[in-house]
Amino acid sequence: MRHLLDTRTLAKADALRILDIAEDMSDTQSREVKKLPTLRGKTVVNLFFEDSTRTRISFEAAAKRLSADVINFAAKGSSVSKGESLKDTAQTLEAIGADAVVIRHPGSGAPQTLATSGWISAGVVNAGDGTHEHPTQALLDAFTIRKRRFGAESRGRDLAGLRIVIVGDVLHSRVARSNVWLLTTLGAEVTLVAPPTLVPQNVSLWPVRVVYDLDEALAEGPDAVMMLRIQLERMNAAYFPTEREYSRRWGLDARRVAGLPDGSIVMHPGPMNRGLEISSEAADSHRSTVLEQVTNGVSVRMAVLYLLLAGERDDERGGDL
Amino acid sequence: MSTRTVLHEADVSRALTRIAHEILESNRGAENLVLLGIPTRGVTLAHRLARLIEEIAQTSVAVGALDVTLFRDDLAKHPTRSPHPTEIPDGGIDGKTVVLVDDVLFSGRSIRAALDAIQSIGRPAVVRLAILVDRGHRELPIRPDFIGKNIPSARTERVNVRLLENDGAEEVTIGE
Repeated sequence: MRHLLDTRTLAKADALRILDIAEDMSDTQSREVKKLPTLRGKTVVNLFFEDSTRTRISFEAAAKRLSADVINFAAKGSSVSKGESLKDTAQTLEAIGADAVVIRHPGSGAPQTLATSGWISAGVVNAGDGTHEHPTQALLDAFTIRKRRFGAESRGRDLAGLRIVIVGDVLHSRVARSNVWLLTTLGAEVTLVAPPTLVPQNVSLWPVRVVYDLDEALAEGPDAVMMLRIQLERMNAAYFPTEREYSRRWGLDARRVAGLPDGSIVMHPGPMNRGLEISSEAADSHRSTVLEQVTNGVSVRMAVLYLLLAGERDDERGGDL
Repeated sequence: MSTRTVLHEADVSRALTRIAHEILESNRGAENLVLLGIPTRGVTLAHRLARLIEEIAQTSVAVGALDVTLFRDDLAKHPTRSPHPTEIPDGGIDGKTVVLVDDVLFSGRSIRAALDAIQSIGRPAVVRLAILVDRGHRELPIRPDFIGKNIPSARTERVNVRLLENDGAEEVTIGE
């Protein structure tokens, strides 16, 4: 694998390979010594043009557990805030000797630009770009669903027949987009639930069903309910009347959680707005996988960095994955 | 060039039976023994050896799998390898006699990686190495304790071990 830019174009076999290697990585994290020598001598740069503590430390932990050197490059207070272009930043990283660049950027498509521009030879991992994609989040969500469902028998399995409901601000959510593509590639049936104002216009082209009533979607007994964060910083355009109104109609509260069938799980990518899209009862219930998602995130990102960096470079061989 | 069979099914079986006896002899019984196979065929051989030792000593033997992929020093020279699962038997390896089992011993680099992998899991009292075929050409100071058969080979030749469980046939061949 040369880059990981999206899940839309990720083939099923490649997605399963990432998830299966993540299983192996996860196994090593229960050992006495968690650090592996695998990527010794490789340099991973976390290039973050947007604030994100969780994703950055997850990638940082993943790279360090594999013995790679990690350089954190935050755009704030750096040369970027002095007006440096993406191209100049990229070429600087190339000159430093970056083997992989993990990029988060407010502009949709920035990782693609970085990967295809020829400015750098490093592998590029999209850690969230605008409202486009956040592929490692979707991979860790799929990993978590599979692990909860199949346990030790997870390796090699897809998500065929599982029903997953994604609830919230789909319009602005790259997590929702990446999950829609990946989960459907893996065979799951995805239902989106959102206020009509927060459904993207082109959703009819997506392989999903859209429902506006949360209780209606939950009544079908889904295997997983994925709550999206309401991004309060984007809510200046009055997409819904009040937070209380949103919480009442689209929030996951104790009553709605209690109505779920045995075995169905509650997911949230974090950080949570407790009391808005998810109540504390739901977030802390035994169905909640919020902390497992964080743990699994490290394993999945280790798998991605392994596939990008460990083997012979694909462009020297002309293959993929 | 031609490919010839150097071990047939009966030869493999005899070699494994002898190794089972040798392991028991050097360990003075089956106590504290843990057999760890290196995927993929080493795991098959480890399970066979465990069965043989159980038959001879009339006691159960811990057996598992130890993947060394993430510890290799030659990853960048090959297309990306997928790791295999590691299975450490209940009871772990601390203070045990660990016998690593692999099909072919060549450069010794897999075994070096295996020693590192063991270190990340625990601290055995002793680590031994059992090998079905030793074909020479070591690149590191590593030698096996139990050998099925020494097969002198040219560096460019391929030594191919096929086992019933993995390949549906059982033989060791050598050829170009």
